[in-house]
Amino acid sequence: MRANDMLRIDLPGLHLKNPIIPASGCFGFGREFSELYDLSRLGGIAIKSATPHSRFGNACPRVAETSSGMLNAIGLQNPGVEQIIEKQLPWLAQFDTEIIANVAGANEEDYVEVIQKLNDQPVIKAFELNISCPNVKHGGIGLGTKPQLAAHVTRLCKQAAKKPVYVKLSPNVTDIVEIAKAVQEAGADGLVMINTLMGMRLDLKTAKPVLANITGGLSGPAIKPVAIRMVYQVAQAVDLPIIGVGGIASAEDVLEFLYAGASAVEVGMMNFVDPYCCIKIIEELPTVLKTYGNDSIKDAIGRSFRK
Amino acid sequence: MNCETCIILQNEKIAQDTYRMILSTSHSVDMHPGQFVNIKLEGYMLRRPISISKIEDGRFTIVYKTVGDGTKHLSDKKEGETLDVFGPLGHGYPDEIVYDRILIIGGGVGVPPLYELARRCVKQNKHVEVVLGFNTKDAIFYEQEFKDLHIAVTIATMDGSYGIKGTVMDAIEEKHIDIETVCACGPIPMLKAIEQRYHQGFMSFESRMACGMGACMACVAKDKEEADLYHRICKEGPVFPIGKVVL
Repeated sequence: MRANDMLRIDLPGLHLKNPIIPASGCFGFGREFSELYDLSRLGGIAIKSATPHSRFGNACPRVAETSSGMLNAIGLQNPGVEQIIEKQLPWLAQFDTEIIANVAGANEEDYVEVIQKLNDQPVIKAFELNISCPNVKHGGIGLGTKPQLAAHVTRLCKQAAKKPVYVKLSPNVTDIVEIAKAVQEAGADGLVMINTLMGMRLDLKTAKPVLANITGGLSGPAIKPVAIRMVYQVAQAVDLPIIGVGGIASAEDVLEFLYAGASAVEVGMMNFVDPYCCIKIIEELPTVLKTYGNDSIKDAIGRSFRK
Repeated sequence: MNCETCIILQNEKIAQDTYRMILSTSHSVDMHPGQFVNIKLEGYMLRRPISISKIEDGRFTIVYKTVGDGTKHLSDKKEGETLDVFGPLGHGYPDEIVYDRILIIGGGVGVPPLYELARRCVKQNKHVEVVLGFNTKDAIFYEQEFKDLHIAVTIATMDGSYGIKGTVMDAIEEKHIDIETVCACGPIPMLKAIEQRYHQGFMSFESRMACGMGACMACVAKDKEEADLYHRICKEGPVFPIGKVVL
């Protein structure tokens, strides 16, 4: 099989030439990275969260380094859905890559409003519901940690959406399988998992939290085993495609997520460490697939539990 | 901006907890005073943003303080070793500052980016004076380097162990320096004091960063005039006109 075909994967609404998608919040709207490489080489892009109105986000410091990862508490800073439609989407339209709109809000109405505004934007191929952000006081994780609430917002968004709806799940729950099942029942077209793990750091000199928001979301290689475990559990319990995310830094990491049951992946904080990491992963993936005896992406998906 | 493997040409201690490193680069023509590079260190996740202090053909200098484990690790690096360097990043000082008389004010680890700026201003035949503030005598660096540019240099130390006792503002007052265009870099209290007194010129900011290229929104500052406008310190900055952003 040619390298190009090996990496191809079709998911609801998304025809990915490869399974590599920069994660929302780690790539802005792609403008900065477009100075480094052609964004058309990416399978897709999950753009920065959109809320109904502009948000400044949290006070600084908003990031802190940790062992094998980082904490962030940006707070969904974004220019608001209308500005995104006016300024970002027309620019993104020039690239041959699948754009996923990450949708956030303080309540269910916000999510529906953003979806309705983005529905008729041809550049958007799917929605990703951010019901798992740990850094906002309302909405976000509050909706993502209870099965009934997660199902409720999913149902409302599905009713409003003219494009497939993926739900981005929070790992900050006792039983992620229960949430995944509830979201499937409510009509979700796919899952993105996992969002960041809530954490915090203290400054030894001041004895106070490093982040102005006190707590933040942990991301990076430190959370990869947690994400693998959760994808593995959920992939066997639901019948939805999964986009895996959590600490991916190499093509080998991607293969591990595919084996766990993911059909594609999002790459998050490693974009900050190595701004070329997505391209490097795409280039190395065919060789890594072959090295471990996989003819294609499809061949690798769920191999850890498939008979 | 680009990722580049740079060879360490020199790495030496120049003051208390302060080191000067010279690195090879093929991007020196793209570098401007006030810009920074983001350096990857083995064993640490996030890159370390460090301002460019001197730009020469095929090489550049950084001056950094060992404030934590990462910069301590950097100080242990030897000549001939290499570093993964991403840069140059951000927007520095304008190519030419339109005023003829410029007062450069640096505080502590904020001094380094001002050195290349001073070199440029001198080359452009500006009248330049420099006031540098440090906590103690042991922390002082670059006094001679600025003097070698034939610039008047005034030093202030908080404990009075060298030069004028007090802040850079105390030193400016004592020396009756009357230049109204200022380029400054240093700790926030110093920048706040400068902003109260001066309304013309530029200030360079420091911030915790992740990506260093404008994508992650970790280092934002609000605009002073427009309520909903913000600026990324790593992208639109780190140099801003005085009074542009909320300190």
